Amino acid sequence: MASDWKSFEPVLIPDIPNLDKIDNYIKNGGYKALEKVVKGSDWKPGDVVNEVKAANIRGRGGAGFNAGLKWSFMPPADGGPRYLACNGDESEPGTFKDRKIFEYNPHLFIEGALIAAYAMEITTIYVYIRGEYYSWIKMMEKALQDARDKGFIGKNLFGTDYSVEFEVTGGAGAYICGEETSMLESLEGKRGYPRVKPPFPAQKGLWGRPTTINNIETLANVPGVINNGSDWFKSIGPESHPGPVLYGISGHVNRPGVYELPAGMPVMDLINEVAQGIRGGKKLKALIPGGSSTPVLRADQLEGVSMDSDSLREAGSMMGTAGMIVMDEDTDMVDALWRISHFYHHESCGQCTPCREGTGWLEKILLKIKNGEGEIRDLDLLLDLTTQMEGRTICALADAAAWPVRHTINRFRDEFEARCKKSVHAVA
Amino acid sequence: MEETYEFTKEDLEEIEGIKAKFPEVMPATLPTLWVAQRRFGHVEPPVQRLVAETLGLPESHVHGVATFYTQYYKERKGKYVLDVCTTTSCQLCGGYKMLHYLEDKLGIKAGETTEDGMFSIQSVECLGACGYAPMMQITNDVYVNNLTEEKLDKVIDSLKEGEMPEFESVGMPLLENINDK
Repeated sequence: MASDWKSFEPVLIPDIPNLDKIDNYIKNGGYKALEKVVKGSDWKPGDVVNEVKAANIRGRGGAGFNAGLKWSFMPPADGGPRYLACNGDESEPGTFKDRKIFEYNPHLFIEGALIAAYAMEITTIYVYIRGEYYSWIKMMEKALQDARDKGFIGKNLFGTDYSVEFEVTGGAGAYICGEETSMLESLEGKRGYPRVKPPFPAQKGLWGRPTTINNIETLANVPGVINNGSDWFKSIGPESHPGPVLYGISGHVNRPGVYELPAGMPVMDLINEVAQGIRGGKKLKALIPGGSSTPVLRADQLEGVSMDSDSLREAGSMMGTAGMIVMDEDTDMVDALWRISHFYHHESCGQCTPCREGTGWLEKILLKIKNGEGEIRDLDLLLDLTTQMEGRTICALADAAAWPVRHTINRFRDEFEARCKKSVHAVA
Repeated sequence: MEETYEFTKEDLEEIEGIKAKFPEVMPATLPTLWVAQRRFGHVEPPVQRLVAETLGLPESHVHGVATFYTQYYKERKGKYVLDVCTTTSCQLCGGYKMLHYLEDKLGIKAGETTEDGMFSIQSVECLGACGYAPMMQITNDVYVNNLTEEKLDKVIDSLKEGEMPEFESVGMPLLENINDK
């Protein structure tokens, strides 16, 4: 499996030109899966949920939760409004994959979202896209209008009783709005403060109504599951984490970019073959495997590791968004960690004290070390701070800020110590 | 004297369209602030007041939203705002070098605006273009990827002529090309 990736045929972003044009998408089999479930009498909403659950599409936004299982948490329909909120906030540093779907295959995502909506008897879909992606928001507005004009969105789809609305809306620059309940607050037109859970969005989401939140890439996998079955999906990549994945590779590689390949790709194949190795013939030093919050791995920890939840957990990290940041031998780990901590400090919403204050202190102490003013005991203070932050806040931003600090210091401790002032002992 | 601001008829139509997307008025706050910023170039308090009055929402609410999100300009900026990404992948690939080159070239520091009001420079957090680092965004609009000093020179020259760079589509690299190599 792992070695035959070279013959893998992309399904999310296949090599077909102009798939963003709706006629071309339809010509290539598009919207057939939607028609099949909405029109066909053998696909009740619950059947769609079960098929997607069986496929085990693990959420591509970072958490890796089975999408179909998440759908099954929606309470029974009561005739009132129900929402699907598609998360296109994509703000975790190292992550730049969903914009590829907006640009190259928007209708695959739209079709997937519409199938999800049918499965959960949802009345309105919103796609929330980060404000910086202005160009891509425009693309989605166009794609949604095209789908509306063709009758895939609106009243009585395919002449049935099923009606659904689909709107795009944008953020305005806030990483926290990628956190699902913060995104709901932002969609409601407020400051993006994450909500306390429970109640979970399936019980009380947008405007207090049942809501499911899914990542864009997660939803783009749905039409394939309906067309080809859950067994087909599970035959791609490892059984515990199947399907195609959009790997975003950035940093010190010769050919950075987004690549669609099976889940469970050998990490070293991705770096050396797909991204064509380290720039300037340098050696690999470290990898952040799934966005800046996932723990960094040293080069010597990467042998035999593959990009799936199980393998990365064993290695001491996480799959996250599969946004891989590659660092060469010249990378200054103190500088790199300081910049990551600066990011989380800047992006903390300020609601919870351990995060608001903790992210600030992480950055401040790291800046001191970076400037050669730190002391060895500051390293232990930083490690202590991470345990004071983790798990003590409403959302996971504090955890996301704490993990890189803890793991980068533990895995590159000598480099941090070398940057600290040497203690001066008074000698008689 | 405080300047007065008014939405055009087209703006008001756009705002009505935005309101129609949602079951309540409040969700129109963010998109309406965008309409205002694109019209007036900033959302200083008088503009926030206009947004609040137009939507029939408390000014305090609009102020709260405007100050939460970094892309809204709570103070006036240059005609072109150069948002240079310096977060991790861009940091690794020379984002700060590009930022400092721009600072030297324009004679201002990040966070400042040139005296002629043409350019502002900002060092910003991850813009989601990590594979095309270093990069920047111009005035919340177009992304300019794979920056070099030469490319920055060209972009600044064309902006001085009033021309925004065009959207650059970065294709998906194909595996065949990889296997050939």
